[in-house]
This record gives sequence, structure tokens and C-alpha cells, in this order.
Amino acid sequence: MQAIATIGRFFLGFFSQTGLLTLFIVQAVKALVTPPVYQRLIGQQIMRIGYYSLPVVALTSFFTGGALAIQIYYGGNQFNSEAIVSSIVALGITRELGPVLGGLMVAGRVSAAIAAEIGTMRVTEQIDALTTLSTDPFKYLVAPRVIAATLCMPVLALVADIIGVMGGFVVGTQSFGFNAAIYVQQTVNFLQPDDVISGLIKAAVFGFIIAIMGCYHGYHSKGGAQGVGRATTNAVVASSILILAANYLMTSLLFSA
Amino acid sequence: MTGMITLAGVTKAFGAKQVLQGVDLNIEKGQSVVVIGGSGSGKSVMLKSILGLLTPDSGTIHVDGTQTVGLSRRDRAHIDANIGMLFQNGALFDSLPVWRNVAFRGLQDNTLDMQAARDIAVTSLSQVGLGPELLDVFPAALSGGMQKRVGLARAIASKPDIIFFDEPTTGLDPIMTDVINHLICDCVRELGATTLTITHDMTSVRAIADKTALLYQGRIIWQGTTDELEQSDDPFLNQFINGLAHGPIEVEGQTVEATVTGGT
Repeated sequence: MQAIATIGRFFLGFFSQTGLLTLFIVQAVKALVTPPVYQRLIGQQIMRIGYYSLPVVALTSFFTGGALAIQIYYGGNQFNSEAIVSSIVALGITRELGPVLGGLMVAGRVSAAIAAEIGTMRVTEQIDALTTLSTDPFKYLVAPRVIAATLCMPVLALVADIIGVMGGFVVGTQSFGFNAAIYVQQTVNFLQPDDVISGLIKAAVFGFIIAIMGCYHGYHSKGGAQGVGRATTNAVVASSILILAANYLMTSLLFSA
Repeated sequence: MTGMITLAGVTKAFGAKQVLQGVDLNIEKGQSVVVIGGSGSGKSVMLKSILGLLTPDSGTIHVDGTQTVGLSRRDRAHIDANIGMLFQNGALFDSLPVWRNVAFRGLQDNTLDMQAARDIAVTSLSQVGLGPELLDVFPAALSGGMQKRVGLARAIASKPDIIFFDEPTTGLDPIMTDVINHLICDCVRELGATTLTITHDMTSVRAIADKTALLYQGRIIWQGTTDELEQSDDPFLNQFINGLAHGPIEVEGQTVEATVTGGT
């Protein structure tokens, strides 16, 4: 009997959270497309989410590109790997690793920060104060963050693509003695616009997920400092899992045809 | 005088916990009403219900003649525009300097340009005894008392007809408590506003109330003027205002049959 009650509570909790999240997304999207648009706040968020994430995304992608080149070189030695390192690094970085790792790094940095900031505003009644001052919290807090993250993530993914390919290039030319001109030529020849564009589309979706998860968990946080801490953790975990799940779905959709 | 805020049979429960069990309260235009009650008696829930931050399960709330229960934010925008609110801990926006906090409403609805907003902030700050040197300071750099004063300046900046005060003196030293009480009295007198204050600080009650109501277990069980408050022999009221551990009001969680006695 106890086991059934536990299972029942789990499913009730799951469906209740799903419903709450769906309503939150609907309200957020409504806030995105209706005035007023807070341009100053969007600009601030673009700086916080996009500009300040550049170093972490650049470093992650550089080392990932380098490590990928090493793996392909040694792993594919018997298949004349020297010829395929540049192509596989370019493909792996632009289609998958650039947007996904960039998304995960930004999720850790930005989703947590958004949840902590909005969560603190919730427990210190600042969100209630916004409402009593005739300002819609969805338009003032959620919409600028969602717009900024959705716009910035493709740019960050593009940076990750370029620096990741550069990481492979540095390792290939410095450690394995590849000819620099041939490496670049092979990369350019092999890479198709769709490879880059698919990664950028994914990145935009990841940006939306990161901002929504940060805002959602912050907005519904309760119970003082402990509640804000819980919201921050939940935002990072949920956005990371959703990024990986969305990546799988989008890869299936974009490349199965 | 006409009823500016009227609550009738307002109930609100959170799960199995019935917080408001039929609140009836009438606040007349220009009146300063203070609702007292212990922790967990439902004061904040009542206030949030009037502000539209919570939706009551049943009952009606009329603000300036408009029934507000169930209204969307857009539908009650004309009411919100006439309301000022001082939150318990100020609830100033951390990311904005003092002047943007004080003139927030005018900046958001585009009725003020930057210079006019700064001018309004200077005027409002001076009304609460603060100088223009604080305009560009961020809330985190202010003491608790100063944050309360800036919160009060924000509440009165748009010259509202109705002002709510949520535990305005909680956490302040006795001198700052007196300062805030006097500021509230002065501001209210100057604006001619209708005010509702919730508190359990009897010093504030005696300083600012025209009428006092005691909320206990989700019901108003006594209400009357400040003179009646001092002369009442109501056992619930006497226990509360004298801060006695023993009496009909028992600790939270125990059931007591409270009877509405009425002071008037």
C-alpha cells in the first residue's frame, strides 16, 4: 500500500510540475511577443549571458577540438587518419561538440546565475514589488533573459566552432606535423554550410532552454536561502538534461532525412 | 465617508491549512487602519489577497468600488496605479540605484523621463528625511532603516490614494521605529491617503492607527478605535496588546473557539 502511495505521489508531482512548466513557458512566450520590450534590459542580458560567457566557451571548445584531433589521429591510425583528422574534427565540432558543450558550459554558468538572481528576488518579495508597481515580471525579468540567451547561444556556438576547429588545427600541425595549408584546405572542402547551420539552430534552442529553466526554477523558489540554493541546482541539472535530450531529438530530425 | 477597501467573507487555504476563515473588514476613505495579530494569523495572506498577489478561495474584496477578486493584472491596472506598498524588508530592486527604485513606476509606464524621474526621487527622498547624495547608491549599501525609508519614498512617489504597510518597523531599533512611524503619519497626512498597516508592534499601532483590528485564526475577532483599544476588556485583545503568554490565544496549531466580540 505504501509503495502504491509513493508511486502515486511521484506521478502526481511529475504531472503537476510538467503542467506548471508548460504554463510558465506559455506565459514567457506571450511576454516575448507582446509589448513593452525592455531594450535596455535585453542589452544588459546580452552582455551577461553572451559576452561574459565567451572565455569559458572558447577555452572549452579549444581543448575539445585538440582532444578530438588526438583521439582521431591515434584511434584511426590504421585508416590513414592523417587524412581524416581535419574533416572529422570540423564535422564533430560544428555539428555536435561546439553547440552541446557550449550549451552545457553556458547552462552551468548562466542558468545557475539566472535562478539565483530571480530566486533571491522571489524570497525578498522583489517580484511581488514589481507586480504592485504595475510591471509584469514575465516581461521585465523573463523575456529579456530568454531573448538574450536565444540570440547569444548561436553566436557563442559559432565562436566555439571556429576555436574548436582551431584547437584541432594547432594539435594537428604542432604535434602530428600536418601541413597547415592542406589542413585548412581539407577542412574548407569537407565542411558544408548545413553542418554549421544545424549546430546554430541547436544552439538557439539550447539558449531558450537555459534561460527558461533558470527563470522557471528561480521564479518558483521558496524557503529562503536554502530554497534559492535548491532552485540553482535544479536549474543547472534540468537545463543540462534537457539540452542533451533536445540535442538527440534535433539530431534525429535534422539528419535522418 | 465611503468604504475605500472592503473585505467580505474572504477565505484562503493552502492545502489542508485554512489561513483565512472569513475575513470581514471595512476601511473608509482617508482612514488609517492597522491589523494586528500574531505570527501565522493570516495578516500577510490578507494583505496579498487585497493586492491581488494571491486569489482568495471565496469572498469579495472591493477596492475603491471595484470588486477585485479574480481580476487579471490588466483589468486591475487602474487600481494598482493608485496603490503604494511598503514591503517588510523594503523589497528594493538590488540591480537598480536608489533613484531608479524610487521613480520605478513612472519610468516603467513612460510618464517620466530620466531628469523628471531623478527630480521625483529627490522630492520623495526628502519627504522621508533622506538627501540627494543617496540617489546613485545601490540598496545593498544602505542600512535596514534607510532601506525602509527608501521603500517608503517609493511607496509615496506616485502620490497614491491607498498605501499598504507590511510590518513597517520590524527589525528596527526603537529610535528608527519612532522615525518610521512619524514618517508614515506625516506622509499619510500630506497625501490624504487611505492606509492599511499590518504589524504586531503596539508602538506603531498607537502612533498611526485610526482604527485597529485583531486578526486571529483567520478571522477579525475585534475591531475598534485606538481609545477603545486601550479601554477594551476583550480577553484576546488584552492578551495580545499586553504580550501575555497565558490567555485565550494559544500557541499556533492548537484550536481555540474565537468569538467575534466587536469594539464598537
